[in-house]
Amino acid sequence: MKNILQKRGVISLLGSLISILAGFLLGFVLLLVINPSHALSGFENMLLNGARDLSKFGKVLYTAAPLLMTGLSVGFAFKTGLFNIGATGQYTVGAFFALTAAIQFQMPWYVCILAAMIGGAIWGAIPGFFKAYFNVNEVIAAIMFNWIGLFSVNLALNNMPMMLANAWKQPVKDRTGSLGLANPDAILPKLGLDEVLGSYMNIGIFIAILFAIVAWIILSKTTFGYELKACGYNRNASLYAGINDKRNIVLSMAISGAFAGIGGAIYYLSGTAQFTIVKTLVNMGFNGIPVALLASSNPIGIIFSALFVSYIQVGGETLQPEYAKEIIDIIIAAIIYLSAFALLVQNGIARLFNRSRDAVSVRKEGK
Amino acid sequence: MSEYVIEMLGITKIFPGIRANDDVTLLLKKGEIHALLGENGAGKSTLMSVLFGMYQPEAGVIKKDGKPVKINDPNDATALGIGMVHQHFKLVEVFSVLDNIILGAEDTHLGFLKRDAARKKVLELSEKYGMRVDPDALIEDISVGMQQRVEILKMLYRDNEILILDEPTAVLTPQEIDELMEIMRSFAAEGKSILFITHKLNEIMAVADRCTVLRKGRCVGTVDVASTTKEELSRMMVGREVNFSVEKAPARIGDTVLKVEGVTVPSRTHKKNAVSDVSFEVHAGEIVCLAGIEGNGQTEFVAALTGLEKMSGGKITLNGKDISHASIRERSIDGMSHIPEDRHKHGLVLDYTLEENMVLQRYWEPEFQRHGFIRRDKVRAYAQRLIKQYDVRSGEGPQTITRSMSGGNQQKAIVARELDKESNLLVAVQPTRGLDVGAIEYIHKQIVRERDAGKAVLLVSLELDEVMNLSDRILVMYEGRITGEFDPKKATVQELGLYMAGAKRQDGRTGK
Repeated sequence: MKNILQKRGVISLLGSLISILAGFLLGFVLLLVINPSHALSGFENMLLNGARDLSKFGKVLYTAAPLLMTGLSVGFAFKTGLFNIGATGQYTVGAFFALTAAIQFQMPWYVCILAAMIGGAIWGAIPGFFKAYFNVNEVIAAIMFNWIGLFSVNLALNNMPMMLANAWKQPVKDRTGSLGLANPDAILPKLGLDEVLGSYMNIGIFIAILFAIVAWIILSKTTFGYELKACGYNRNASLYAGINDKRNIVLSMAISGAFAGIGGAIYYLSGTAQFTIVKTLVNMGFNGIPVALLASSNPIGIIFSALFVSYIQVGGETLQPEYAKEIIDIIIAAIIYLSAFALLVQNGIARLFNRSRDAVSVRKEGK
Repeated sequence: MSEYVIEMLGITKIFPGIRANDDVTLLLKKGEIHALLGENGAGKSTLMSVLFGMYQPEAGVIKKDGKPVKINDPNDATALGIGMVHQHFKLVEVFSVLDNIILGAEDTHLGFLKRDAARKKVLELSEKYGMRVDPDALIEDISVGMQQRVEILKMLYRDNEILILDEPTAVLTPQEIDELMEIMRSFAAEGKSILFITHKLNEIMAVADRCTVLRKGRCVGTVDVASTTKEELSRMMVGREVNFSVEKAPARIGDTVLKVEGVTVPSRTHKKNAVSDVSFEVHAGEIVCLAGIEGNGQTEFVAALTGLEKMSGGKITLNGKDISHASIRERSIDGMSHIPEDRHKHGLVLDYTLEENMVLQRYWEPEFQRHGFIRRDKVRAYAQRLIKQYDVRSGEGPQTITRSMSGGNQQKAIVARELDKESNLLVAVQPTRGLDVGAIEYIHKQIVRERDAGKAVLLVSLELDEVMNLSDRILVMYEGRITGEFDPKKATVQELGLYMAGAKRQDGRTGK
């Protein structure tokens, strides 16, 4: 028993599960407080909706895909010692690149994804560059670049008449043209999955899972990942080891940004979503943070935490009309918030069971 | 009233898989300086952590003035007048000296700090014990020795009567050690009791009244220092005879391996150069030691030599190749091994496993990777060989997270990695810092073996014993310059000390 509990993987999983449970408990309490008569049925709906029928499950997979990518973006950066809070900006820029390739240049979907990857990578690399060469905190730079990205994209779209919906037989011009009308080739293939899992379903989730596996391989199997993590854990030691830490910081942020960019592509190339010109940052990027934390930044874990968060979101939709939309958001947020305590709970568990092992060594350091 | 101010009776502390303390008894008299001696991992710090309330023992009783007490946390310990200075200081870097001292014991008036009263008390204490500190200086700006004074003042400020010092001399220069011992004696003279953890026998002989020796968690015994010898103590500690002097054959000096000409390195903290115009050569088959008091440019020189820092002038030649501007990786490939001064900062990625650290500079070599993929099996096999060969002890072998290993074994891991690497110049900076005599003996032997195998060794050390024992040639560095060159067989420690303190310098060594 002890041996199992001392395994790092098991502790991670246990920590996540406990936090999720605590999150649900809080969610239920909130439901009770706000509208006691519907609390039980509402809670049940929220828990089960995502699994109630296949089309709902398809929706879960559909929202999970971009979430997985932004989670991967944040998690990858975390693993290399960087906090990429700029996933939302990279996601937006990625989406813009993908849609430009799709509508302006009439490219097929895979080229659009490639474009998004490049866009996101550029947007991630810039804060990375400032961090590496001028020691500017990447969080500050990334926050700035979120806004710069958002408004640059808005500005560009406003000046690209072909991109907007009114160029494609739709009466509005505050959003990009529907891909169904503008370029059906750019819509992610559905491979017949939509027949079983509902109209939302496409191959996005598989693309995302593929990238999660790629990220896992990079981080745990390659010398490149070894270097990246070494820089993240101890920049001085990696310098001592002859690793080019500056280059690695830029690359790490670029890869992180590329993941977020792909997330934007997957979402907007579904054919159902149109990019709307608004003045607020997209939540998808920020939601990547709890997704990554919930999985302790483990790329494989992020697949599951993204599915979980998406499941809760889809489940939350059923709470209407008994609960106001904002209330649902609060409940979901509370669940995610507590879930993100995974790391804390994990440390607690680890401390409980590893006290011994660490203590043996720590006592040398006199702690 | 009991004869003893603290009695720790039959203390047993078990961590899964290890009995860190096994039925240990330690009796502390009032007004004595009591040394706690033992190898790395013998259970000294655990025992003190039990006394300071950080661990709860599985068995055993602690008595204060003859009455049993329960110490649940450090606050209880403080209430009983027990204070502790940890090996790694617990100071807030960006706070002033004064703020650090009062932190946790702040007197307030209507919610406002009574800083003036605190300042007065601190100044009185520092006056009384001759421990000069600037109460307004920031911790990050003062030397390690000063920081230790702050830690000691913290205990005095809390009116502690029992002072625990965990390896207090590990970070100090010889002068600072003398001062510290003076301070310890004055504490004892006025009735405070001191427990200090160490594995330096000279210090015990110099300052302690009694000494308790631990080995592998068990109490070997308590002896009166006046009636024992260094040899006796070390036998108790290690369980066998230890050879203090390093046995080595005369050096067989070969070709020049390292040539340093006029190296100058700017300082990071002040406008002057940290290293000015340093020139010397190291040949194959000899150990050249760069001696000096901490902060005289050794660290900066090594940083420039190994490529961690850029130099503003001069030329470094390794095996006939100009490496003045080569990258760290290139220098490593060209045959430079480097045991860094700070094992936590540079030497190890603490969150990596032991095996990952073993290939820290070599992970990219074909032996350990194919097409960019790390060959785990090869890395593991390699790590296992080094662990066995160099006797690196850890909980889970190659997969141990390095952070969880003891300091001595972390250092052994670095030494293993650097010695095993293909190289013909070994730059070893404080290779035995913080290690016990057994480990020191072992590492010294390894370094001599490397020399006899024809490597050039540049040793940078603050320990005069080490300098005298190990080197074939000694260079003294003072204020960034080489001020003297000696043959250890002819020079005396006193003479070296004068050069290290800057009181003397040889003509013609200072250059232009």
